[in-house]
Amino acid sequence: MFIINCPYCGERDQSEFSCGGEAHIVRPKQPTELSDDEWAEYLFMRKNIKGVQFERWNHAHGCRKWFNMVRDTSNDKIHAVYKMGEKPPVI
Amino acid sequence: MTKYRISKTRFVDQTKTVSFTFDGKTYLGFEGDTLASALLSNGIHLVGRSFKYHRPRGIMSCGSEEPNAICQINNNTDLTEPNVRATEIELYEGLSASSQNCWPSLNFDIGGINNLISPFIPAGFYYKTFMWPKSFWKKIYEPLIRMSAGLGKSPTQPDPDIYDHKHEHCDVLVIGGGISGIISAKIAAKNNLKTILIEDKNILGGSTIYQNNKNFIIDNKKSNEWLMDEISELEKLDNLTIKTRTSLAAFHSYNYLLAKENVSDHLPLNKKNGSIRQRLWKIRADKVIVAAGAIERPLVFNNNDRPGIILSNSVKKYLDFYGVSSGLNNIIFTNNDSAYETAVSLFEKGISVKIVDIRKKSSSIIVKNAEELGIKIYWNSTVVNTFGYKKIKSIEIMNLSEDGSNVTGDKKKIQCDCLAISGGWTPMVHMHTQSGGKLDFREIDQVFVPSEKSENHINVGSCYGDFELEEIVKNTNNKVKKFLNINEDSFDKISVLCSKETEKKNIWLLPNIISENKTKSFIDFQNDSTAKDIKLALREGFKSIEHVKRYTTTGMATDQGKLSNMHALGIIADTAGVKMGTLGTTTFRPPFTPLTFGAIVGRSVGKFFDVERKTSIHEWHIQKDAKFENVGQWKRPWYYPINNENLHEAVQRESKAARNSAGILDASTLGKIDIQGSDASEFLNRVYTNAWSKLGIGKCRYGLMLNEDGMVYDDGVTTRLGENHYLMTTTTGGAANVLSKLEDYLQTEWPELDVYLTSVTDHYSTASICGPNSKEILKKLFPNKNFSDEAFPHMSYQDAIIDKIECRIMRISFTGELSYEINIESKYGKSLWENCIKAGEEYKITPYGTETMHLLRAEKGFIIVGQDTDGTMTPIDLQMDWIVSKKKYDFIGKRSLYRSDTIREDRKQLVGLLTDDPNEVLEEGAQIVSELDKKPIEMIGHVTSSYFSPNLNKSIALAVVKGGKKMKGQKLFVPMENKNINVTVSDFIFLDKENKRINA
Repeated sequence: MFIINCPYCGERDQSEFSCGGEAHIVRPKQPTELSDDEWAEYLFMRKNIKGVQFERWNHAHGCRKWFNMVRDTSNDKIHAVYKMGEKPPVI
Repeated sequence: MTKYRISKTRFVDQTKTVSFTFDGKTYLGFEGDTLASALLSNGIHLVGRSFKYHRPRGIMSCGSEEPNAICQINNNTDLTEPNVRATEIELYEGLSASSQNCWPSLNFDIGGINNLISPFIPAGFYYKTFMWPKSFWKKIYEPLIRMSAGLGKSPTQPDPDIYDHKHEHCDVLVIGGGISGIISAKIAAKNNLKTILIEDKNILGGSTIYQNNKNFIIDNKKSNEWLMDEISELEKLDNLTIKTRTSLAAFHSYNYLLAKENVSDHLPLNKKNGSIRQRLWKIRADKVIVAAGAIERPLVFNNNDRPGIILSNSVKKYLDFYGVSSGLNNIIFTNNDSAYETAVSLFEKGISVKIVDIRKKSSSIIVKNAEELGIKIYWNSTVVNTFGYKKIKSIEIMNLSEDGSNVTGDKKKIQCDCLAISGGWTPMVHMHTQSGGKLDFREIDQVFVPSEKSENHINVGSCYGDFELEEIVKNTNNKVKKFLNINEDSFDKISVLCSKETEKKNIWLLPNIISENKTKSFIDFQNDSTAKDIKLALREGFKSIEHVKRYTTTGMATDQGKLSNMHALGIIADTAGVKMGTLGTTTFRPPFTPLTFGAIVGRSVGKFFDVERKTSIHEWHIQKDAKFENVGQWKRPWYYPINNENLHEAVQRESKAARNSAGILDASTLGKIDIQGSDASEFLNRVYTNAWSKLGIGKCRYGLMLNEDGMVYDDGVTTRLGENHYLMTTTTGGAANVLSKLEDYLQTEWPELDVYLTSVTDHYSTASICGPNSKEILKKLFPNKNFSDEAFPHMSYQDAIIDKIECRIMRISFTGELSYEINIESKYGKSLWENCIKAGEEYKITPYGTETMHLLRAEKGFIIVGQDTDGTMTPIDLQMDWIVSKKKYDFIGKRSLYRSDTIREDRKQLVGLLTDDPNEVLEEGAQIVSELDKKPIEMIGHVTSSYFSPNLNKSIALAVVKGGKKMKGQKLFVPMENKNINVTVSDFIFLDKENKRINA
């Protein structure tokens, strides 16, 4: 059970948050111009890394804001949290 | 005092007698006893039968590792509990306990025949045997296995006890109140750190508290005396909270821990007075110090499971802590020095004791002490057999060969009534590994010890692998100081004298002259797995420890292999010829000891299990005897029976009334989202499949929302209240998820849009009036309003006032009838509803529930998302192509609608079904087939909604069928258990396809 440092609210218990999967997958601006394979790549393919992973999280039972988090999935160490739209830190 | 209660101790109050029953017979013990110590004081060792072979089993330990002495307590009451360890139950007046896994009685157990046929039931017996003939499974094998499966009996009544949850925060949490835990807690608390010390026993002190041996001295006092003084000082510290009877259940990441406190389990039934039974502490600690101690290992030899065979240190605890001698003629069988402390203790109390040691010699202080006392020691010897069915009577020993792999010489038989065994110690690394920590293997004494990498928790004392008193005290002090950044403390100059072990020897499976197939050397006592089971698994090709564990069930009983895991590993390593350290261990998962369901759920039972949401009109429904149905968390009226009507009768009446005159529905539970902002229209364009920009102010439109994969996600009517202001409705169950999904897109994909979303579901109550007379009722309610079709057409909204209160009227319809929905602030919901009922009296306005609503919309062919769809239906599958905009460049899910999979023509598609017999109503969920003779029979679809329509006077159904769009008129079959129902594919709009009623 992590302690997550919400960029808007500060440290809160993990039970207040929900995870939205891999971060920095941008919805294509012109989906109609993509092939089936390219669209499937966006829609279904996720890396699911063992190690440092960039993730989307939502402070669902708090400010309801979405933000990004860098977490090592092998030991749950949280390296950074940053707001949506901010540049991902180099880990 | 009984024959076995041989001395007084400060831990058991022998002035306070406690009576209890075991298997129906009454016995006496004292306050301070556990059930196990009280039974032993009465000379009772036999307490249960083993799981598989039904062998007689006795008390084996004095703590949570106990595999044998598990009891059913308070049998035949609503407080009964199975699988309770007798070694952990504090004795109280009136306690009733009984043995498990035996029939008809503990002393004569028919299942004991399994012991005789045991050569025929090896590991994997069940997997291998009950395969054939197939027809035997249901009638013979399954009932047989069910009869013999499981331990104990579960209660049949709801749990009458109260359980509690509590959150706690601290600077330092110390787990374990033994000597290293006490030192740690004192250092932390004295340095102004808010400290909690938890201990699973009822008093602090661990095994040192009864260590009265003169060879273990701290600051010139016997170690138990020294510790006693420390504890009384500890209790004075302000920063320290001591929680006894509290056991750690789980150690999660980020130092989040769960601990279970037994609040009133130790009290007599008449003194509990409705108090909380157990409390689950949810602790967040800045730093954690694990001082969980170590568990003594058994030795694995032939017939090592007889009643009267007890772990050596447990014999010492029963003796020095409870004043109970487990036997009067004891033999100690050991591979290490610690068992000599037990021997000396027994000898000093005048009890007969001999020692069998697999080592060739040992010259430590404690061994010399035993030799000087004249205790007989058989060096370089091993036990090869034991005798006595319900209690041990004698043992046979032999000499070990030079390398320890075999036995030599003659057998020697020795009489005894108790065999105390010690195979060394296993550090309790469970907490460390639960938190994510790894282990290192220490070759010299064959133990796994914590490999410490975390900055926020450490292990001290014997759970870290420090077994000798001096290293425990000094290392704990140094380690805790460093961990907490403390320079000096009162333990810095402490002096410790103790015996130190010089000779170490470990043999996982002791050799025998009898062939291995004829021996029973138990590893897991609770699940009855033996050394030869492990070897068989290896011969059959299992290699991974995780697989061997599951195949042989070693370590999978309620004790989770606390005594058995290391031996299983050791035997695998020896047999396979690999190093034990390379095998790894099985995973130690929480909880450390079994938790009651009560402790896990706490107060979240009964009406606190989940939130119940009720509309402001709820009381009215109750007065009308409505039956309710759960929709998400909402309580919605299901139907309103009159004069003992059943569901069917009520629904037929309600739906006829709604079509013939007027019906009224409480639609307050529909999700409502207020959408504002200059880009609100653009936002709706992106989230719905149809176009929104041209929707006029004051108009309503039905919208379908997809997931990005093209599947229907939600639907509802959205109304344009103003230029930049919409009110969206969602399904009742989907409201929260829709809002979250929309927020996600707004915040992460389209932050450039100026749009604000607010959930207003609870802010408005909705009365939905439908039927040919609904317009007349509305006219009565709002006499100043023009309800002509020109002034107030279908799919439009108007503001209105009733009783001086503002409200909104939407002319929209989910039933196919002329229909109006009135939205008003929730606090006026009930009075609005009552006004509607009153105004509708002359038209016999009929309240209807969700069941009638479902029927009415099915007649009209309107889908319900979640009933007629299941996350695999596109709008095209639903034959709703009309709502998918071809002109819009993009919306959520658009691209997925022409993926190779979604354009398949043989996808399941929505159709109507009519039964050949108009009175036959299909079952929802029933499978549909086209050919009955084909094998295997191909299922081409299923029924999603089915009703008897009183308005059409026939049965109607909605279904999804592969390629159904092109099957209109085709005959299909719905095979049921006893018959096949003939059906014909039809249009899914059964009533008023021309929309005459809506526009009436």
